[in-house]
Amino acid sequence: MSGAANRRFGIAYTAGVVVLASLAAAAAGALVLLAIGASPWATYVTILTGPLQDGFGVSEILLRTVPLTLVALGIAVSFRSGILNIGAEGQIQIGILGFTAVALFLPHLPRELLLPLALVAGALGGAVWAGIAGVLRSKMGVNEILSTVMLNYIAAQIYTFLLRGPLIDPDEMISGSGTPQSMRLTKSVWLDRLFTGNRLHTGLVLALVLAFLTWLVLWRTTFGYRLRAAGAEAKAARYAGIHVERSLVAAMVIAGGFAGLAGAVEVAGVHHRAIEAISGGYGFAGIVVALFGGLHPAGIVPAAVFFGLLLVGADMTQRSAGVPANMVLVLQGVIILAIVSARMVIANPYAKQRALDAARRWGFFRDEKATEGGT
Amino acid sequence: MRTPGPIEELRLEGITKRFPGVLACDGVSLTVRRGEALALVGENGAGKSTLMNILAGLYQPDQGRILVNGEAVHFRTPADAFERGIGMVHQNFMLVPSMTVAENVALGMRHLHRKVSLDLDEARRRVVEISKHHELPVNPDAFIWQLSVGEQQRVELVKTLCLGAKLLILDEPTSALTPQETDDLLDRLQRMTAELSIIFISHKLAEVKSLSKKVTILRQGRSVFSGSTADHTTAQLAALMTGHEVSIPKNSGGGTPGAPALVVKALKVRGDRGHWALDGLSLEIRAGEIVGLAGVSGNGQRELAAALAGLRPVVSGEMTLEGRSLVGASPRQIIDRGMGYVPEDRHHEGIVPPFTVKENLVLKDVATRRFSRLGVLRLGAIDAHAATLKDRFDIRCASTAAAAGGLSGGNIQKVILAREIDRAPKVLIAVYPTRGVDMGATEFIHKQLLALRETGAGILLVSEELEEIMNLADRIAVIFKGKILATVPAAGATREALGLLMAGVTA
Repeated sequence: MSGAANRRFGIAYTAGVVVLASLAAAAAGALVLLAIGASPWATYVTILTGPLQDGFGVSEILLRTVPLTLVALGIAVSFRSGILNIGAEGQIQIGILGFTAVALFLPHLPRELLLPLALVAGALGGAVWAGIAGVLRSKMGVNEILSTVMLNYIAAQIYTFLLRGPLIDPDEMISGSGTPQSMRLTKSVWLDRLFTGNRLHTGLVLALVLAFLTWLVLWRTTFGYRLRAAGAEAKAARYAGIHVERSLVAAMVIAGGFAGLAGAVEVAGVHHRAIEAISGGYGFAGIVVALFGGLHPAGIVPAAVFFGLLLVGADMTQRSAGVPANMVLVLQGVIILAIVSARMVIANPYAKQRALDAARRWGFFRDEKATEGGT
Repeated sequence: MRTPGPIEELRLEGITKRFPGVLACDGVSLTVRRGEALALVGENGAGKSTLMNILAGLYQPDQGRILVNGEAVHFRTPADAFERGIGMVHQNFMLVPSMTVAENVALGMRHLHRKVSLDLDEARRRVVEISKHHELPVNPDAFIWQLSVGEQQRVELVKTLCLGAKLLILDEPTSALTPQETDDLLDRLQRMTAELSIIFISHKLAEVKSLSKKVTILRQGRSVFSGSTADHTTAQLAALMTGHEVSIPKNSGGGTPGAPALVVKALKVRGDRGHWALDGLSLEIRAGEIVGLAGVSGNGQRELAAALAGLRPVVSGEMTLEGRSLVGASPRQIIDRGMGYVPEDRHHEGIVPPFTVKENLVLKDVATRRFSRLGVLRLGAIDAHAATLKDRFDIRCASTAAAAGGLSGGNIQKVILAREIDRAPKVLIAVYPTRGVDMGATEFIHKQLLALRETGAGILLVSEELEEIMNLADRIAVIFKGKILATVPAAGATREALGLLMAGVTA
């Protein structure tokens, strides 16, 4: 049997497992929908096709693609380097604070200077926040999953405190409504809109460029090589003279930088001020996007578009079918389970062998000689 | 539990098994009768394990039949095979470390599983009975993690026998054992053949000859020889196994060693449990010589190698490479000063398994100007480098873009050796370089080490195999409890004398 036939079976097998896993996820989601009295079919149709009815829907999908892509790129860097960043949510908030602080305190700088400075401050905020977990892990062996999750809580409290106190919009104090949000930021830190009539902004271009750069750094530079080596097999990396602890910190800082930048871009492109609940769970959804995209930029971008579709679609079902938008969180959970299970099955040689035996028995897959004679 | 009846005769007829891309077994037939020990011999990838996995019910054959006492049987699961009294002891032990011996045995004895509890007393009783009957001493209440590798091996045997096996399949049972443990195991197996049948997978021909009268040799999925071990020398069997004449490379002793390259003086290093793993060890390796470090594993070899690589802190003492101290230097600095390293655990320390072969070949040198410029990889140079080394070191892989972790042990070792030797080290530390590697690859690795010696490098060869050390080394140092007990010239060394030293007996 030839390598080509082998590869063909491998691809068919992987595709089959993925399709089955997706169907299983859909079925499990349908059970939940039935339980809350909604029609699964109508809900799925709305989620998957509703946002694609017009250009505005598409623009809203792409709008959500931006933060999802940025967060997921950072997650991919950290996971590939052997450190699991679960703290993107907190890093987003600290990033927003960095961006907002620069925009509030230096409003008179020219746009060419202020916008990059504020974006860098956002990235730096996330990087520092994630760096804490990175240093704790490399110096003291503190489990990064615990520390990043805990840092999420701390970041949330700091964020709320600042928005309700020092950073609150003075107008809110005067009017007395007390909505926890910052002053509207100077227009010179707003990202340009790509089109008129919708909210899509130049952050999309930034995200795509960074996706390409991430690929370049991970697979085409010595720095990326060292990160991946340390992540794939830390022992061998150590024996080869790679400073694994240093690369863990670097990976965490990069991951935090991406998350911080995602927060900054979200403010600069969409809200133009820091508000509560701005992230909408992008920090966690980004993990799913990264895994769904195979921890590779070329997979992450389409995965982010798909999850953008789910998010917008979920909003629509809330309006049209009365299904709560939180259902999308349930679907996310089901999808994570499906991905993880599918990966286990794909990586299991015994399962693959059984599938091959079955395929042969049913005549779907012939050996090379038979194929040559037959077709 | 139904105890299976005795197996008077087991016969495999024309077993064929295809995997994607390979014909693992191609019409293999063999016969084992009661009281026989059949050796199944072949190089890695010859189809031995596949054939035995079929017999044990893990795989289904594509063609061919299995006959027990003349009756055709079909094994769909390992449980089916056990029903007929066929039990397999795998190369990697299948034991739960945090459980006791009796608990591990009880795991497989379904009839002892009550609704909420386990009849452990019965399991204990069986363990004691079987271990007494077959002279396989094990303590049923010991935890697996407390046992040495040799003891765990005995537990595996007892476990399989407790489940009623009448025919034992042993997949390379000696690959992780010390020479003494190996002799001991072969001795016990010999006695067990009085009432059982054994199929013994190995590629160590000396063991095969000492245990088995009958041998079947597989090569590339085909049975190329079935017959008596007594009529053939190990060299003849080796030629049948590899398909060509095997010459065992030997150090002819030529050349005069140069200046001291690596000097270790009164080195003290702590082990993982805080004890003195190296307790004032002194050793000298000169340029152009191979020093064999003989010893039972666990006497400080691992810690010495790690200290020399800069991965384990030195408490006191000195180690110098060409006069410069290595104490406190980082792994990178030690590499840059000319230290090469073939680590013990090739899958986790020697290579990054998901990385491609070509990526692994530049693991230590990716930042040099040869393979990168301003931090950007020079893919062309990396490809060319891999192509050269693949040919020179006979690395068998479909492509150098294949993941190194998917290669056989021997080929992984060739990747590591290629990387280390091509860097032209001043000193090479090779830790168990041929453990679990088949004969063809072993021959190749030995030749490469001798060739490196000719270029004037000093080599520290850590090994448990006395043959390997006696064939390759100029001098032999015996390590015992963290110290060098004696250093003798290889020319006058005998197996017996070294064996005594390894056991800690001096004078």
